Amino acid sequence: MALAGTAAFWTADEFADWRQAIAAEAAQTYTPRYFTPDEWRFLEAATEQLFPEDETGPGAKALGVVDFIDRQMDTSYGHGGLWFMSGPFQSGPANLGYQLPYAPREIYRIGIAGADRYCRDHYGHAFADLDHPTQIEALTAFEKLPIQFDETLPAGIFFEQLRTNTMEGAFSDPIHGGNRHLGGWVMLGFPGARADFMDWVDQYGPAYPLGSVSISGETA
Amino acid sequence: MTTKNADAIVVGAGWAGSILAKELTEAGLKVVMLERGPDRATAVEGAYPDSIDELRGAIRHRLFQDLSRTTVTIRNKIGQTALPYRQLSAFLPGEGVGGAGLHWSGVHFRAAPDDLALRSNVIARYGQKFIPEGMNLQDYGVTYDELEPFFDKAEKVFGTSGEAYKINGKVVGNGNVFAPSRSDDFPLPPLKDVYTANLFRKAASDAGYHPYSLPAANASRQYTNPYGAQMGPCNFCGYCSGYDCYMYSKASPNVNILPVLRKDPNFTLITRAHVMRVDLDSTKTRATGVTYLDLDSNKEVTITADLVVLGAFQFHNVHLMLLSGIGKPYDAQKNEGVVGRNFVYQTITTSRAWLPENQFTNQFIGTGGGGVAIDDFNSMNFDHGPHGFVGGSPVWVNQAGVKPIAASTIGGGKDAPRWGAGYKKALVETYRHAMAIDAHGSNMAYRDVFLDLDPTWKNTYGQPLLRMTFDWQDNDIRMNRYVVSQIEPIMKALGATKYELGMLEPGKPFDTRLYQTTHLGGGAVMGDDPNTSAINRYLQSWDVPNVFVIGSNAFPQGMGYNPTGMVAALAYWSAHHIRTTYLKSPGPLVRV
Repeated sequence: MALAGTAAFWTADEFADWRQAIAAEAAQTYTPRYFTPDEWRFLEAATEQLFPEDETGPGAKALGVVDFIDRQMDTSYGHGGLWFMSGPFQSGPANLGYQLPYAPREIYRIGIAGADRYCRDHYGHAFADLDHPTQIEALTAFEKLPIQFDETLPAGIFFEQLRTNTMEGAFSDPIHGGNRHLGGWVMLGFPGARADFMDWVDQYGPAYPLGSVSISGETA
Repeated sequence: MTTKNADAIVVGAGWAGSILAKELTEAGLKVVMLERGPDRATAVEGAYPDSIDELRGAIRHRLFQDLSRTTVTIRNKIGQTALPYRQLSAFLPGEGVGGAGLHWSGVHFRAAPDDLALRSNVIARYGQKFIPEGMNLQDYGVTYDELEPFFDKAEKVFGTSGEAYKINGKVVGNGNVFAPSRSDDFPLPPLKDVYTANLFRKAASDAGYHPYSLPAANASRQYTNPYGAQMGPCNFCGYCSGYDCYMYSKASPNVNILPVLRKDPNFTLITRAHVMRVDLDSTKTRATGVTYLDLDSNKEVTITADLVVLGAFQFHNVHLMLLSGIGKPYDAQKNEGVVGRNFVYQTITTSRAWLPENQFTNQFIGTGGGGVAIDDFNSMNFDHGPHGFVGGSPVWVNQAGVKPIAASTIGGGKDAPRWGAGYKKALVETYRHAMAIDAHGSNMAYRDVFLDLDPTWKNTYGQPLLRMTFDWQDNDIRMNRYVVSQIEPIMKALGATKYELGMLEPGKPFDTRLYQTTHLGGGAVMGDDPNTSAINRYLQSWDVPNVFVIGSNAFPQGMGYNPTGMVAALAYWSAHHIRTTYLKSPGPLVRV
C-alpha cells in the first residue's frame, strides 16, 4: 500500500486502486520518508510562517503541508523527472528561467542546510528555534536578498520552491497528503470535485451553496 | 532498422494531424500517423473524478510535453546565449494522442478577414511608411472567402457554440458586429454567460463597445458531428484548460475525429514514435518517408511514403524541417531564408476587477471557450492612424474555471503580500470577489525574432534543440498599452471597488518563467513568395512538394484571436487541395 508519493503513483493505471491507497494512507499518522528530523523541524516552522493559522483559516501545519511536500519528494517531480535536466548547466538572466542542476529534493537538502546555517550565523539558532518575528525576518531575507547557500544555490530559488510547494500542499486534493479535511478549500470557498455547475451558471451574485468534496469522497 | 510502407505519413496526433489523416483516408490512402507521446482516450484518462485533480493536471502537466526528453532554448536577442527552457511555464505544448488539442480551452474563432492580408491592408490604409523598420509584415496568400467553407466545416466537426451576426450577407443575430458573413449558423447556440461574463457584457455595452458571445468548441447542448462522433452538454465544471473533458463537451481530436478514424482499416496509429527526420532523396526535392525512434525498443524505424504531412505542434514542425533540410534556413543577419523566419507569439495581459463583498464571482464555475468579448480594438476594426502601431486585441472575460493552486499563484493583487496572514486574507477576498479581463492581442513578426538550431544543447536523442530568439517589441507593447487603457471605462461601468490594469512594461524582456500563452506561431509561414514563405498558400513546401506542413507555423504574424480555429480551417483547406488536385497530379500546386 505504500504507493502514495512514489513514482509508481504517477504512472499507475489502476486509478481506483491508488486513490483508495492514498486515502487510506492519508488517514494514518505520517512517517517522513525523505526529510531528516532537522529538515522536518525547519519545514514545519517555515511553512507555518508562509501560511499561518489565523482568523482567515487553518495554517500549513493543520493542513498537513509538510506531509505533502515529503510525499512529493518521492515522485518523478521530486526527482526532477519533469524538468529538462541535461547539461551543460550555465547561469543567465533570471527571466530565462531555472538553470541549476538540482531536482526539487536537492534544492531542499541544500536549501534547508543553508537556511539553518544562515540563521545560526545571524541569529544564533536554527530557524525552527527562532521567535516568530525573527523567522519572518529570515524568510524575507531568503526571498529578497542576494544570499547563496552552499555557494551554488541562490536563497531566492529555494524560497520560491518552498513557497510554491506550500501553496500546493494547502490547496491540492487531499489525496496528495495536504489540504487536510479540505481546510484549504473551505477557506477559499472552492467546492472541490463537484465539477458540475449546470444549475448555478446563471445564478448571478450569491455564493455557491454546496460545501467542498474531495476526489476520494470526503466532504467538509 | 526496419522499414515499412504507407501512402502517406502524418506526424503528430493533434488537430492538424488528425484532420489530415481523416481526409487522406477518406481519399483512399493508407495513412500512418506517428505520435511520440502515449495513446490517450477520454474514457480512460478523462474519467471523473481522477481527471479533475489540479495537482496532477495543470500543475504537474500530465498532458503536456515531456521536457525531460526534449525542449527548446530561449534568448531575448541575437548575441545572447540561449538557455534551455527547463521547466514548463511560459507556454505548454501538448504530448500524446490529441496533442495540445486535448488540453486546450476551446475558444474557436474564424480569422478576421483583414488579418489575412494585413500587409496589403495596412499599406492601403496608411501607406508603406506606417510599417516599422524591421517588421516582416506579410499576407497569408489566402482570403477569408476562400477559407469560409473550411471554417464552416471545422465548426461542424468541433460542435462549436456561438451566435452569428451575418449569414449570407444578412444580419441575423446579436453576434460580433465585426465578424464577417458566414454561409451557415453555428452548429450550436451560444453557451450561457457566467456571472462575470454577464457583468462584462453589460458594462462593455454601457461603455459604448460591442460585446458578443465567444465562439466556443464546448458544446452548449448534446451534439453529434458529421463523422457521427458525439459530445455531451458542457456543465461548466471548469476543467478545460490543461485537462481532458470528462463530459465529452470540449472538442478534441480524441472525441471528435479519432473514434471514427481508429476504425478505418486504412489508418494506423503508432504511438511513442519520436520522428527524427523526414528522409529526402539525393535531389533534396522529394521526401521518401520518415525515420522515427521507437521509444520502447529504442530502435530507429523508417517508413517510406509518397506523401509526408507534418502536423506536429508549431515549433516541432519547424524543428523537423531544420533537422531534415527542408527549405532554406532563415539567416537573420541577411534577412534571407525562410525556415525559422517570422516566429511570432501573442501579446496577452490580464486586468482584474474586485466587486463588493456581497457579489460572489464563483470563479471556479467556467468553460474554456465561453465568455463575452469585444472586438472594437482588434484587427483593423479601429483607426490605427493616430496611434502608429500595427495590430490589435480582442478584450474579454473568459472565465475558464479558476482552481485553487492557480489562484494561489495569481495571489491577491499587485500590492498584496506574497505570503503570511496578509497574503491569505487578500487571496480569499480575490478568489471570492474578483474577476479577470484579458487583452488577447496580436504579435507582429520581426527580422530579429526567429527560430534556428541551438549550437550547444541537445535533446536526449542527440539532436540539436530548437533555439528561440524572442523579445517584446515597441510596436506590440504600445498596442497592448493602448488597448488595455480602453478597458478602463468598462471597469468603471462594472462597479468595481478597485481594479488593476495589466500591461506590458517597456524595457522588461520576455520572461520564460511566467505563463503567457501556448499560442506560438510562424517559423514556416505560408505565402505567395518563396523568398518570404516556407510553404505556399496550400501549405505545401516550396522546396519539397510532397511535404505539407500544417499548423500555426503557417501564420505570418500572430493574430489577436486564438489560433485553433484557423489551424483547423487551414488543415481542411490544404486537405481539400491535396484531394482534388495534388493526388491526381503530384507536384507543386503553385508554380513561380
